[in-house]
Amino acid sequence: MSQKPIELILARQLSSHLTMPIFIVDPRGDLLFYNEPAEKILGCRFNETGEMPAEEWSTMFTPEDLQGEAISPDALPLMIALSKRRPAHKRFQIKGADGISREIEVTAFPISEQADRFLGGVAIFWEISHD
Amino acid sequence: MTEVTIWGCRGSLAAPGEEFTGYGGNTSCVEVVAADGTRLILDAGTGIRGLGQMLNGTVRQYNLLLTHLHMDHLQGMGFFSPFFDSHAQVDLWGPASTTLSLRTRLARYLSPPLFPVTMRDLPCKLTLHEVPAAVFEIGPFRIITDLVGHVGPTVGYRIETAGSVIAYIPDHEPALGTVDFPNDTQWLSGYELAENADLLIHDAQFSRQEYQNCIGWGHSAIDDAFKFAEICNVKHLIPFHHDPNHTDDTITQMVNETTHSQVPEFEVTAAREGAVFKL
Repeated sequence: MSQKPIELILARQLSSHLTMPIFIVDPRGDLLFYNEPAEKILGCRFNETGEMPAEEWSTMFTPEDLQGEAISPDALPLMIALSKRRPAHKRFQIKGADGISREIEVTAFPISEQADRFLGGVAIFWEISHD
Repeated sequence: MTEVTIWGCRGSLAAPGEEFTGYGGNTSCVEVVAADGTRLILDAGTGIRGLGQMLNGTVRQYNLLLTHLHMDHLQGMGFFSPFFDSHAQVDLWGPASTTLSLRTRLARYLSPPLFPVTMRDLPCKLTLHEVPAAVFEIGPFRIITDLVGHVGPTVGYRIETAGSVIAYIPDHEPALGTVDFPNDTQWLSGYELAENADLLIHDAQFSRQEYQNCIGWGHSAIDDAFKFAEICNVKHLIPFHHDPNHTDDTITQMVNETTHSQVPEFEVTAAREGAVFKL
């Protein structure tokens, strides 16, 4: 496995210190890392899953709209950030690996480095409380 | 054989004074010369002045590779005599930023009020190359660049020849923000630049105690430099970028204590002005 670009290394290091759930993928959408706060929403620990191809994690964590209908992967903020290379935001619900659905909001943005090399995307998300 | 000569190894600020003469007070500049005479100059700290004086008139083509544009790596540029030689061709590599070209960034120093001569008035033929870039070659050298963890756009250089690998990462804080440094090479800044290097010239500015008050400044504690060298499996570590407040005695003590506590399997030689390493 090759060394990651410094921008992704720093993104991971920063996310490891934040309380906001954060999910980092490469340009293909393959999962590189999610932090401890994200583990609570996704229903499993990163140390257990490790890096995963997009096809794998997208079936582990099932996104649905607020009416419970499946959302096309292309409509997810992270995939928009990757395909359109711009930030995107959406509220929806996600069924974690523990089978529990949680309503979340997601803001995703692409990571491009100074030579315009595209490195991947970051999703910051949080659970919506109706209390 | 490749020869590596240290012309300046002080970090942050030049340090004149008799208590600094052992390791030297000039800021970063390293010369690398291949068996065929091809020469690379790494960084343009105050050490480059003496190198320029030695070479002046004897060489027509210069390859100057900057890691970043902090003043201690740039301040000697205006005193590098080949810049003022109309017969000299200077190829200069250095990082752009996300919004400014390398030329614009360099011109901030080479222009009033910081310097009386502007870049466009330099008599030499100056060609700029932005890094990080794809692998490129200069004579027998194959050069790999990559951004590394420091403050602002900063690269390290991996210089390969048929018989040796030199890694030059003078300003680097790979431990920043990590909880298990340096266990995972995939997520380790600078790893691929330094992996299996014969000679690693690496930031070792702070003692462990000093580092606790300087986290995020972009420099390494000396014990982290040793750990980085170990996981990269280098053969010879050159602790570099000595703090301007560290006297000769302090540097010697830091290197000896760290060597004693970590018992490295690689050779360790603190960078010293005038030192020559043959590979």
